[in-house]
Amino acid sequence: MASSNLKISGLCKRYGDFTALAPTDLEVANGEFLTLLGPSGSGKTTLLSLIAGLSQPDEGTMLINGVDVTYGAPYERDIGMVFQNYALFPHMTVAENIAFPLKMRNVDAAQARKQAAQALEMVRLPQLAQRFPKELSGGQQQRIALARCMVYRPSIILMDEPLGALDKKLRDHMQLEIKRIHRELGTTIVYVTHDQEEAMTMSDRICLMNGGRIEQLGTPADLYFRPHSLFVADFLGESNLFEATVSAATANGVTLALDQGRVSAGAANHGTPLKTGQKIRVLVRPQNLSVQRGTTATPCLTAEVLDVMITGSLTKLYLTAAFAGDTPITVAFPTSQQTPDFRIGETLSLHWQAADAVAIAE
Amino acid sequence: MSAASLSPASMNARRSTQRKLLLGAPLLLLLLTLLVYPVAQLLLLSFYKDGTLSFASYRQLFASSVYVNVLLITLKVSLWTTLFAVLAGYPVAYLISSLPQQKKSSLLFWVLLSFWSSFLVRAFAWIVLLGRNGVVNQLLLALGIVNAPMNLLYSFGSTMVGMVHALMPLAILTMLSVMENIDRNLPRAALTLGARPGSAFWRVYFPLSLPGVAAAAIMVFVTAIGFFIFPALLGGRRETMITQIIIDQVQQTLNWGFAGAISVFLLIVVLAVFALYDKLLGLSTMTGSSSDRARPVAASGWSHAAGDAVLTLLAKATDQLAALMPRRKLRKSRRASEPGQSRGMYGVVFVLLAFLSVPTVLMIPLSFASTASLNWPPRGFSFQWYAQMFHSPLWMQALTRSLVVGIGSGVLAMLIGTPAAFLLARTQMRGKSLMLAFVLSPIIVPRMIIAVGMFYLFARVGLVGTTLGLILGHTVIAVPYVVMTMMAVLRNYDTRLDLAAQSLGARPMQTLRHVTFPILMAGLLSSFLFAFATSFDELTISLFASGGLNSTLPKQFWDEVTLQISPVIAAVSTCLFVFVALLIWVADRLRRRSLAR
Repeated sequence: MASSNLKISGLCKRYGDFTALAPTDLEVANGEFLTLLGPSGSGKTTLLSLIAGLSQPDEGTMLINGVDVTYGAPYERDIGMVFQNYALFPHMTVAENIAFPLKMRNVDAAQARKQAAQALEMVRLPQLAQRFPKELSGGQQQRIALARCMVYRPSIILMDEPLGALDKKLRDHMQLEIKRIHRELGTTIVYVTHDQEEAMTMSDRICLMNGGRIEQLGTPADLYFRPHSLFVADFLGESNLFEATVSAATANGVTLALDQGRVSAGAANHGTPLKTGQKIRVLVRPQNLSVQRGTTATPCLTAEVLDVMITGSLTKLYLTAAFAGDTPITVAFPTSQQTPDFRIGETLSLHWQAADAVAIAE
Repeated sequence: MSAASLSPASMNARRSTQRKLLLGAPLLLLLLTLLVYPVAQLLLLSFYKDGTLSFASYRQLFASSVYVNVLLITLKVSLWTTLFAVLAGYPVAYLISSLPQQKKSSLLFWVLLSFWSSFLVRAFAWIVLLGRNGVVNQLLLALGIVNAPMNLLYSFGSTMVGMVHALMPLAILTMLSVMENIDRNLPRAALTLGARPGSAFWRVYFPLSLPGVAAAAIMVFVTAIGFFIFPALLGGRRETMITQIIIDQVQQTLNWGFAGAISVFLLIVVLAVFALYDKLLGLSTMTGSSSDRARPVAASGWSHAAGDAVLTLLAKATDQLAALMPRRKLRKSRRASEPGQSRGMYGVVFVLLAFLSVPTVLMIPLSFASTASLNWPPRGFSFQWYAQMFHSPLWMQALTRSLVVGIGSGVLAMLIGTPAAFLLARTQMRGKSLMLAFVLSPIIVPRMIIAVGMFYLFARVGLVGTTLGLILGHTVIAVPYVVMTMMAVLRNYDTRLDLAAQSLGARPMQTLRHVTFPILMAGLLSSFLFAFATSFDELTISLFASGGLNSTLPKQFWDEVTLQISPVIAAVSTCLFVFVALLIWVADRLRRRSLAR
């Protein structure tokens, strides 16, 4: 078995003057769960439909299990696809829907019935075989769509925002279901979503897309802790981005000057090497910022309290400061009875560990 | 009982019942007096002879084989028309439904243009086209396929061509309303599941489009069975259809009883077809909404198995045919992203649309010819036929009358139909589907039966030959279209806007005036246009109810065209064609404006 299931090189799609997908390279390993994440219009759905063979690329090549399928028809690729609205055939029963791909592969009827029953077991809905799609709830339709895809064991399953239409609780449950099925089958899954939390929860790797190109490709932790660009830093999770100037650069980090050179702070650097004097942004996640009442001896960043909110397990503090511009600074810490009673308008000093901050070139 | 003794709840219930009655009453009254009563009267007449109960009319109907043969011919012509109109309409509807909005509108324009063009104009176009010196014969001669002009007119073939041409737009539009509701992802999903394009079409798309096919078939069949224009103008004596017999009986012999007997027969056939349809598919599929039934019919049993086998066969055959085509594997090809948008498909649809549009367009050069013959190609250039038309008091009177009647019945149909649409779209009540069926009955009952019944009624109350009589008659025909258009508009209307207005302090009438009607304006106007166009092209009722002298435009057209064909008619046709094109353009602008809001 080849270690790389899907290999895309230089794949590109244009609609007139509009570039839906700039030349893109991507490799997906066997059994991997890869998520294409991005805002609408970022090219993630274009890329997915190119992989499915539902649209044709303008340039580039695509190999599935080492076979060139760049311009091949969807039915010639070893893929399965779960559509956003499930696309269950309304005139067929659940059992007929699931047996459809087997019928298309000329599997004999008895064998097809057996396999369809197994697939239904897999999604834990064996009692629904004789129902029509219209009679099922959204979550059930979703699972049937999944079963219809798994039943012929395609080497790649493509999923186009499959949980978009479900409510939050059901979505959380289905995320676990999909993960479980992925584990049991070991199939490669390419998953499209615009929900960053969903992407973080489910993926082995995330391919974050923006403006028709890949912004960054890596594990959820890579993208969260080591973003290469402002877009990545901003898109994944909550973030504070401060303007800063590089005052010294070493191999594993930089020293920064903030607040018009008044304050000095450290940060890690994972992207392109930075030069002294370069204007950059520094990313600090809300939970990595700590606050203290009053000021300290060494010069430090200060900010005024705008608002305090208990959001559940986290308490969030919104601060304003001249060095941060118009955007409020967010600080988060575990909700606790011992939290001091911050007053609105109170001045606090801000700190962070150099390892928790990331310097990002603009 | 005094009002004080009633609980507020029952007062409220009473008021709402009163409101429902008020909304629905005008329409009920109109249909009862001008549709149910006259038609019932006519049907009753068939059982009387010289004032006594008798079956003489029915004995006459079945006495000789003449009328039975006419019945059989009518059925034969209608069935073949249905078959061809649906077959030819399917690819057009399929392609249009799959296109993005912009391209869709431009293709749809040609279908609508044909749909709204007068049947008379189109029949006349075919007379000219298929004549001894017409375009078709000239073309065949020029290509050397024939040596002498052929007799193409007045045959089964010419009748078929004309009728299919006339009813194909109806078939296309009916199928389109169903196809547009089919999720385009379904055939795509079939492709990703391993189905070849042929299998994806026959096993997934086609079964889902079947309700549309059935709805189109029934609409075409019911319309065709009541046709007389095309068989009369394009057919020979052997293509006489049953409605022509009714006309003869009424106009020449005033034999009401016999006309009634034929009407009974016609009505039974039509109702039987509808009953069969309802039994198989449910009438609700006709309005384009998906069937209410949760389970598709015949999901089990031998008919399902047989259908499955046929579809499998078709799928295999199509896929194997496609596999025979030369294929360059792994090379960049212009494979259509959407199944069924291939060049071949475009080609077929282009030819079909040309078949729909070209005949009427060919009238235009002929109307500017300087010779009196309608031979192809036209010779010379002159405005003389237009001048003749504008100087003819007959044509001008007919035009004025048609405009007055059209506007009158348009307004009346709107006034009566809109409240009824509110009632049907907004309120919950028992017998709603029955009410809807009743409202649609002027479309279902063959026009000829309504016309003859109305004529009998009008003759007794002195409405024959009056403008009022025509307006009333046309209103009956136009009102279902108004109700359907307005119901569709109301379904898209967000009633929360009314609630918002009321929460802001507007009283019900103020809400209607300042919020509801301004938003519905475009819908109201387009339903008016719909009603106006229906009246403007109405011939059957006018044929009787306009009396001998004061004819409408279609009646004048009919009288002229049955007497002799002249370039003046080509000039009139051109004017009507341009007028219709303008109407569609205006209606389309209105629709876009209402969507843009």
